[in-house]
Amino acid sequence: MTNKKNKSAIQRRLIPSYIFLVIICFISVFPIYWMLTAATNTSYEVSTGKIIFGTYFFENYKGLLERAAASSGATLGKVMGNSFLYASVQTVLCIFICSLAGFGFELYHDKHKDRLFAILLLAMMIPGVATLIPLFRMMSKMKLLSTVFAFFLPGISTPFMIMMFRQNSRNFPVDIMEAARIDGLPEWKIFFQMYMPIMKSTYAAAAVITFMNAWNAYMWPRAVMTDNRAMTMQMLLTNLSNGYTIDYGVLMAGVFFCSVPTMVIFFVLQKQFAEGITGAVK
Amino acid sequence: MNKSRSIQRKQQRAGWFFLAPATLLIFVMSFWPMIQAFIMSLQTGSAANMKWQEPLFKNYLRVQKDQLFQLSMRNTFMYLLIEVPIMLILAILLAQILNNKDLKFRGAFRTMVFMPCAISLVSYALIFKSLFATQGLINTVLMNLGLISENINWLGTTSTARAVIIIGLIWRWTGYNMVFYLAGLQNIEYSVYEAAKIDGANGWKTFWYITVPLLKPTIVMTAIMSINGTLQLFDESVNLTNGGPANTSMTMSHYIWNQSLGQGVANFGYASALSFIIFIMVGILAFISLKVGDTRD
Repeated sequence: MTNKKNKSAIQRRLIPSYIFLVIICFISVFPIYWMLTAATNTSYEVSTGKIIFGTYFFENYKGLLERAAASSGATLGKVMGNSFLYASVQTVLCIFICSLAGFGFELYHDKHKDRLFAILLLAMMIPGVATLIPLFRMMSKMKLLSTVFAFFLPGISTPFMIMMFRQNSRNFPVDIMEAARIDGLPEWKIFFQMYMPIMKSTYAAAAVITFMNAWNAYMWPRAVMTDNRAMTMQMLLTNLSNGYTIDYGVLMAGVFFCSVPTMVIFFVLQKQFAEGITGAVK
Repeated sequence: MNKSRSIQRKQQRAGWFFLAPATLLIFVMSFWPMIQAFIMSLQTGSAANMKWQEPLFKNYLRVQKDQLFQLSMRNTFMYLLIEVPIMLILAILLAQILNNKDLKFRGAFRTMVFMPCAISLVSYALIFKSLFATQGLINTVLMNLGLISENINWLGTTSTARAVIIIGLIWRWTGYNMVFYLAGLQNIEYSVYEAAKIDGANGWKTFWYITVPLLKPTIVMTAIMSINGTLQLFDESVNLTNGGPANTSMTMSHYIWNQSLGQGVANFGYASALSFIIFIMVGILAFISLKVGDTRD
């Protein structure tokens, strides 16, 4: 009885918290909800303040196809495919290369490797815009512009990811590594047959965050993917929003397609996404 | 004895082998371009034909007279000074509230606050651009509430265009930072709060005297990340306001983009000098944050 009373008293004291949270959550979710409704309404309806779902999605989708063809000479499917390809390739290479490095830095660590790691961390402080021009010239010189290589080369080895794997490798059971060595397993097999399976959850978190970042990348792709046929979704969106008259229904349909993959990842793999964000700072 | 040492050496070599690809890539894709950027910042000319500046630091001297760069710098710092504190305080508050075990629907609340992170920077910039358009929803709502008598040109007016960028940034990144604080709070023993409650500390007191000090390392880190990110702000400036009206909401990265690859000017030498200045700013501000974080012990 007293327990129940206590509980309701606690809940009553939490009322301001609930009100605050409801307001914040409304602000957080509403623009996304609005984007979804706008994608189903005509541009006129959007600008007159309609905020419920309409029936115009298919027309907006067709408009989007036309605008995509007009601005990039490529189909929407091609642009989506580009973004998927680039982001997937970058994700696979990035987690492979960075996990190798994290494995090497943590499980074979000595004075020199620790010092080298500290130097690599400095790269975190380098702004993207500072390396933009030299890297652009490098890609241009190597004739890699508008290829998937130009997209991923600067992004497949990042101090953040190496740090994430290095920190998480601290939980790696060293004893079984010793046992495997006694059994004559070479070092590279230890990585493939033991480290990779044991570190599954770190790989998942790293993959989610890398894919999100690559999918959302904007400045670098805009610099190097100069051929319209190599365009990414983010670049297509910019094209849709330029011009004197913006068709808001079509624009939000574009935003919708651009957001589907990241929203799916968010809802299905939210735990891994959160781990990926905070991953390096345990 | 000898044999075990040679095995050890073999292992050490294996370690170097594992970290070599990543290290090489960082040197080639980050450090080397940074050195090149510095060299280029002392040069002038078009992409294919770069010559040394006379005097050597001419590009850096030019910054003093470049009104537009100074404006973009003031804008960027204004975004930084207003947005980062509001966002971080809001994020800590939310984490503190959501960390309460008595709260119901915690998971749902957390998911909703975190949800803006599922939207790309370009996408959210365009959503906000549409919401704050002259014929957009914000004006319609304000009009129907009778708060305004005619549509506000949010993105066509300097002060409101800047405000919309700041609102957008807070919207996009608060949940992101909250995740760090929630992770940080999990390392704090719940008994600390129990003890504070027994001692009669109220919500605000526990917040200021327990949560904030214990989260200090996390706060320093998120502050450094936010400063770093805000100084490099690009997507929002390009897509939300396009730097306008009349470049008054433009950020430094946007200006450098326009000077180098954006508008066909290809002013590589000067743009490199500007980007090197941002690099130095990021370094100094990160150093200051770390120092501030250290001395408060």
